Order: sequence, then C-alpha cells, then structure tokens
Amino acid sequence: MKNFNGKVLFLDRNDINTDEIIPAKYLTEVTKLALKPYCLEDLKLESFQPQRDVPGKTVVVSRDNFGCGSSREHAPWALEVNGIYAVVASGFARIFRGNMFNGGLMAVTLTASQIDELFGTFAGQACTMSTDWSAQTITFSAGKTQKTYDIGLGGFEKALVEAGGWVEYAAAHY
Amino acid sequence: MGKTIAQKIFEAHLVDRPFGEAWVLKLDAVFCHEITTPIAIADLMEKGMDRVFDPTKIKAVIDHVTPAKDSKTALQGKMLRDWARRHDIKDFFDIGRNGVCHALFPEKGFVRPGYTIIMGDSHTCTHGAFGAFAAGVGTTDLEVGILKGVCAFREPKTIKVELTGKLPAGVFAKDVILKVISSLGVNGATDRVLEFTGPVVEALSMEGRMTLANMAIEAGGTSGICAPDMTTVEYLWPFIQNEFSSKEEALAHYRRWVSDSDAVYDSVLSLDVSRLEPVATFGYKPDQVKTLKELKGTRVDQVYIGSCTNGRIEDLRQAAGILKGKRVAEHVRGIVSPATPAVYQQALKEGLIEIFMDAGFCVTNPTCGACLGMSNGVLAEGEVCASTTNRNFFGRMGKGGMVHLMSPASAALTAITGEIA
Ligand code: SF4
Repeated sequence: MKNFNGKVLFLDRNDINTDEIIPAKYLTEVTKLALKPYCLEDLKLESFQPQRDVPGKTVVVSRDNFGCGSSREHAPWALEVNGIYAVVASGFARIFRGNMFNGGLMAVTLTASQIDELFGTFAGQACTMSTDWSAQTITFSAGKTQKTYDIGLGGFEKALVEAGGWVEYAAAHY
Repeated sequence: MGKTIAQKIFEAHLVDRPFGEAWVLKLDAVFCHEITTPIAIADLMEKGMDRVFDPTKIKAVIDHVTPAKDSKTALQGKMLRDWARRHDIKDFFDIGRNGVCHALFPEKGFVRPGYTIIMGDSHTCTHGAFGAFAAGVGTTDLEVGILKGVCAFREPKTIKVELTGKLPAGVFAKDVILKVISSLGVNGATDRVLEFTGPVVEALSMEGRMTLANMAIEAGGTSGICAPDMTTVEYLWPFIQNEFSSKEEALAHYRRWVSDSDAVYDSVLSLDVSRLEPVATFGYKPDQVKTLKELKGTRVDQVYIGSCTNGRIEDLRQAAGILKGKRVAEHVRGIVSPATPAVYQQALKEGLIEIFMDAGFCVTNPTCGACLGMSNGVLAEGEVCASTTNRNFFGRMGKGGMVHLMSPASAALTAITGEIA
C-alpha cells in the first residue's frame, strides 16, 4: 500500500481542473514519469509556484469539485510521480476521484466546514498529514496543533487502496 | 416503484456489487483513442496482461492529433495502431478514415439503445443520446475494460432535465445545454446521469441530442441520456435493418430503455426554451453563461467550428447558412474542422465547403485539433476564440487563451462581425 504520510500542499480554490493539474500539451507523453516537471503548471494561485511548492509534498488539501474537466488519468499520475498520493477536499469530480482509487491513491472528502478549519488552522504553515489506516483517520499537525478526521471511505474504495488499484482488484475478482 | 433508463441498463448489465456499494457492469463497447489508450496498453504489457476481452467490442480511432504533428504524437498513433493489429481489432480508424471519436462511432452504428460504453475520454457521455449509458473514464478503468469487459460505477442517480416550449429561430441545442449547465453549475450533476426529456428533445435530430448529451460532463454528469424513439431508430436503421422486420418492431424493442412514468429522480430541472436567446460562455468555466447581447462588442481573433459537440453536418449547415455570400472580418482567423470524413464529404456535396472557403475559412481535415489546443489552431497568449467546442478552461485552446463557447450559428455571425454581436 502507498504511503499517505507527509507534507501538505494547500491549494485554496474551488474547481481546480485537470487542465490546471496537467495541461493538455503534455498528454503526448507515453510514460507517467515524464509528467513530473509539469504538475500544476497552469494553476494560477496567489503565492503558488509549482516548481517551488510541489516537490516534497505528499498530500494536497483543496476545496470543492477538485479534478473537474477531462478524464485524463494523467492528472492523478502527475501528482503520483511527484509523491502526492492523497488529495483531501470538500468535493471531487467523479472521474478524477475514481482515477485516484483506481491507481491505489486516496481521495478523502471532508465537509466544507472541516476544510475551512484545515485552511484556517494550517494554511501557510509547515503542516504534515499522517494516516492511521486501522482507525480510518487522518491527522494534520503543525507544531503542537493537531486535527483528526475520519477518512470516511466505503468498503470498495478501501479494498482498491489495499489491492493497489482497480487493475489488481479486477484481475483477482473477474 | 418505477425505474429510470439508467437503472434499467445497470440492472441488465450487473456483474457484481462489491461491498454493496459499486455496480460492476458488463460492457457492450469500449472505445479508444490515441491519447489515453497508449499508457493503458503500455501498462498492460508491463504487467504481462496484453490481452483484450473481445476484439469485436473494441473500437479505436486516432483523432486528437492527426496527421501526427511531431515524434511524440506519431508514437502515440503507432502504439494504438500496432495494438489494434496485434489483437485483430477490425474497427480501427486511421488516417483517411478517422474523425472525432464521438462523431465517428455513432455514425458507424456502434451505439445502440441500452448499451453500456466506456472510453478514456470525458465526453463519452455523448453516446447517451441513443439511450445508452456511456461514461468517460480514466486510463485504469479503460485498462480493466479492455482486459475484462467490465467497469465499476456508483448508483446511477438521475437528474431529469425537462425541456419544454419551442426553440426560437437562431437558438439551438448548444444554447439549451449551455443554459442547463449554467443552472446546474459545473458540479451540479456530479455522480448523476442527466436525462433529457420533453417536447424539445423529441423534436431534436440525433445530432442535436448528441450536442446536449455531449456537455453533460460540463455539469459534472456521468452520462447524458435521451430515451430512444423513432428518430433514434431512423438514424440506426442502416445498421439494424437485418435485425428487425420493420422500424416499428425495432422501436418496440428499444422502448425497453425508456424511464417508467413513476421513475424516481434525484431531482428535476425544468426549462421552457421558448424565450431563450443565443448564449455564450464568458469566463473560464462552462457554467459562466451570458446572452450574446450581454457580450456584444467582445472582439475575437479566431473562430473555430468543429469538435464532438458541434462538428456534425447539421452544425456545418447552420454555420454555412449564415456565412453564405459573406466574408470573415479582416482580423479574424476562421477555422472549420468537419468532425468525420462522411461529414466532410456531405458538406462538399452540399456546397458548404465552398461557402466556408469563399468566406475565408480554413478547412482542416477531421480531427479534434484546436479543441484541446494541441494542433490546427492553437491560440497565442491573450488571444480570444469564439468556438463551438465544449470547454473554456483557461488555456484550453492554447496557453493564456480565452474561449467563448457558442453555437455554430453564433460562431459564424461572430466571424463575420469580428466581435460578438
Ligand atoms: S473534439 Fe475536443 S472535446 Fe471532443 S473528443 Fe476531441 S478533444 Fe475531446
């Protein structure tokens, strides 16, 4: 199973789309690794610089409708090859969310007020997330401050993460 | 309790319900193109699982960048081509026979009412116009589809979109769907199926219905869907005439895939189209919609007519009807991409291509081209394009470019005046 513990990248906007996560011009690549330098390249957010802010992060925290737009699995891959294995948001586009679990990655949906709380408490700080898979919780911490939330995954999504993805699950079941 | 079309299709294709949550469905067709499929192929090869569940149910096309524009796109095409040969996939469409997937596959008769279809392309929802459940998926879903012929979905909750009234002159399916998206918002239909009903849909051609269903994803919808009727049967008749003794019999057969009158919907959106005006998007999200009047005076650098939304023969007829005898404005670059070779040929026969060329349009081969900013009309930083495509994201048609989505008729008008009028 993937490692879901590490530093958090905060992206404070609704509707971050797959073109922003990985622009279409890089869809000509035929390996996942080739996407690495271009992750979030077209995302225009105040004080966000992809080259500086993406490396070293493991988790993205964002707001509603994350990953909307095209079906390109290049979007979760662009995150994955940069070591970002989990996205925590108040909502996801269906295909993006499915793509995350299909690749053994994790998309955690929290309520809008929980996300507000996360941004309010931790944005701008060196924040880390840790995952307790047995307790089904994620904990964010910076200094002495900690916040813990339920992962809230269904049995099928958990099974996909545990299997390492949908190809592995389907190969074993169908 | 009654059922919706989507529920009926799900129940008829159910393979498994893991954890009582997901619906794993048997697939009737898996569509493939050269952008999202090669990585699936490479991954399957790496895993030692380079197989296909049924070569007759897989349809493939090179459409996004064709002819190849550089070595990378040439390699993508080659990977798909080699794979299709290796697995004896007969319905593979390469240069000379290729066109935009969601226009080409229906035209070839690959879509039927009641079908389940996936493709590694978000606008796969288009095929729901035939009363099918068709959904865009990522490459991993595509991989499993290719290998096992199954795909997992969530419960098919449906939003009923009831379209009443009569379309005024100059207002088309594109205006209707933009209006619907602006009502729902870009995530108003996430994890939902949009079922388009009512007299407006019944009066629409298959082309118009495909335009509606095509943009379901822009409201987050899994699939757009229209109940099959005589219009559907007429369109499909060349492909099904050996299966049925009459069109009436075919219709009776396909009417299994119609929602019950007491079907339970997640919600209902009603829209009387009688007073609708031509609209266009103004921002970087497809739910940001204004009337052309409100956008009057917006200067454009390029007008693009094409794509899986509006590159069909009806669309070209609408645009040509307005361009006839006129010239595009001095500063405007007009580009038209007929969506398929058959559309191109029909447009030639009807003299539409001549009208476009006389008006000063560049006519390209059938391809996605400029729609996703990869070739054939990429915008420069700060440029503005009036486009009949479906997505106006920042940089969609070229880094730093602005896109106003609108109908082919509105795009043609904009080309002549050089600004939204
Ligand atoms: S025409 Fe545009 S939206 Fe349609 S399949 Fe091609 S790239 Fe996608």
